[in-house]
Amino acid sequence: MDASQLIQKYYRLDKLPHIWCPGCGHGILLNSLVRAIDNLGLNKDEVVVVSGIGCSSRAPGYLDFNTLHTTHGRALAFATGIKHANPNLHVIVIMGDGDSFAIGGNHLIHACRRNIDITAIVFNNNIYGMTGGQYSPTTPYGDLAATAPYGNPDSPFDICQLAKGAGATYIARGTAYHARELDKLIERGIKNKGFSLIEGLSMCPTYYGRKNRKGSAVDMLKFFKDNCIDKRLVDNNPQLGEGKILIGELYKSTRPEYTESYKAIIDKLKE
Amino acid sequence: MTNGQNYILAQGNEACVEGALAAGMKFFAGYPITPSTEIAELSAQRLPQLGGKFIQMEDEIASMAAIIGASLAGVKAMTATSGPGFSLMQENIGFAAMAEVPCVIVNVQRGGPSTGLPTSPSQGDVMQAKWGSHGDYPAIALTPNSVQESYELTIKAFNLAEKYRTPVVLLMDETVGHMREKLILREEREIEIINRKKPRVKPEEYIPYKADEDLVPPMASFGEGYRYHVTGLAHDETGFPTNNHKIAGQLTERLVRKVKLNIDDFSYYEEYRLEDAETVIVAYGGVSRSAMLAIDRMREQGRKVGMFRPITIWPVLEKELKALSGRAKEIYVAEMNLGQYYLEVDRIAGKRCPVKKINKVTGELITPDEIIDAIDGGK
Repeated sequence: MDASQLIQKYYRLDKLPHIWCPGCGHGILLNSLVRAIDNLGLNKDEVVVVSGIGCSSRAPGYLDFNTLHTTHGRALAFATGIKHANPNLHVIVIMGDGDSFAIGGNHLIHACRRNIDITAIVFNNNIYGMTGGQYSPTTPYGDLAATAPYGNPDSPFDICQLAKGAGATYIARGTAYHARELDKLIERGIKNKGFSLIEGLSMCPTYYGRKNRKGSAVDMLKFFKDNCIDKRLVDNNPQLGEGKILIGELYKSTRPEYTESYKAIIDKLKE
Repeated sequence: MTNGQNYILAQGNEACVEGALAAGMKFFAGYPITPSTEIAELSAQRLPQLGGKFIQMEDEIASMAAIIGASLAGVKAMTATSGPGFSLMQENIGFAAMAEVPCVIVNVQRGGPSTGLPTSPSQGDVMQAKWGSHGDYPAIALTPNSVQESYELTIKAFNLAEKYRTPVVLLMDETVGHMREKLILREEREIEIINRKKPRVKPEEYIPYKADEDLVPPMASFGEGYRYHVTGLAHDETGFPTNNHKIAGQLTERLVRKVKLNIDDFSYYEEYRLEDAETVIVAYGGVSRSAMLAIDRMREQGRKVGMFRPITIWPVLEKELKALSGRAKEIYVAEMNLGQYYLEVDRIAGKRCPVKKINKVTGELITPDEIIDAIDGGK
């Protein structure tokens, strides 16, 4: 299916154009999600896309699925209610870096721990864009932001390490530059029977890029191209990974999934 | 079983769960907090037996979010909490009101402010039940004074939530939550159950937030083929965000009006020895039990005293309170706070008769003697 067919099939055309700034990476990540869903052949009626608040969280509104735009940071808690109530639905959550790791941090670690079959995609652009460029939990140390005029005194999270520690069973990282690879990562995340976290590195030339002299959107994409390396290459040759951002499938494991465990309880009580 | 009726000895909290199950609750999300925890514990035990779902969330914010999610997926959902947890739920109670998602929130009130008196009764959350979340939104809150009524009102709370597509608060207090009394569990055929209105059009014709004449839009569940958008932002009839001030204003007004216009549908109250009463005690929840005893004793002395007990605490029973002020010589509002419902009674009745307060915030129930002393002291 080519791009225009995908748009016809999966987007709410009357809701376009989107609100994102020129050069924003979020649209690229969203297209990856749509391609992943298409590749998996999911029934649109059975897909629910949930979001919180922020630039990334406007994404579901453009998609022709069951879509829910919730409160700041709480998307995973709403999604947990949906999935637990009806495990037949494919529940996908789109969050931003501030949304998921600051205000929503508690919900995120518990969704990981619960290993509930939800696929969370974090559109990480290292900044609060919607409110005008304040530093987020993923803004690098020392970088500039509207609330870090003298350089960020906070250290950032490694989103994927945190998710691993909290118990997610599928963890991957992709970028807006490596879009085709990201399709596959999201696809595998959706297929994983358990909680999947995919970090999608995005660029915000308007706030983060401009403040920190990262150049144009193309320059920021080039940064991803030059500074990311697939984990599989590093596994064979660790030296290649020095100073680089690891992308690809970072972690996978198997353990009981929440709604299946609960179903087992119901089934046992029926006996 | 006696006389074909099913009796049990139960707590108010347990009666609430039985009522919820009778109303069709299929989902409960909660977080432990005294004095409401028995509601979560019994839900955890009973729901999976009936094929329903329980989940203990990471906090009350998440609990409230989870029941909204479950309700959107098509099941009747409830949470239960107490003071501090009720504060945390306010954000998403506003979301449920704005996105018109039916759900029930039980608040077994305990002493506040802050963590306050965890094991003691209070009625300090009356105003919070109305104004707790930001912005103007519809509030329905029911307040029981017995174990049986906790059961009956939980059923009604679900029915109202479903009928008006709005969050409904069951405002209990620790006295009622933890007291044990006889509970009659009704037969299924005796119980009126209301389910949300479903769309009667094809998915492509469904306009999710276009209200019918009763101001309530039909609601599709996620997964039923009606792919629509739900947001807490001001939205138009299609459910999508709008910056159109007129449409945003009309939405807020409709949300409030759909409840306010229908108040006669759920104006629940009790009158106790009110026929010839010159002195009227307005009391609700646990305090009304003390008020009835006080009235019985004062009646023995030939005093013309009666009680008006609002069961629907929000929206306020404007019509009934106004009528009351026309026939009473004085009104006392007895409540375990520093005068919250009093503000409403005084606003509505205060022009026609004096309205006075009987308050207590020690974490103890107001006693019949205290009510009698307060009335006599006012003479």
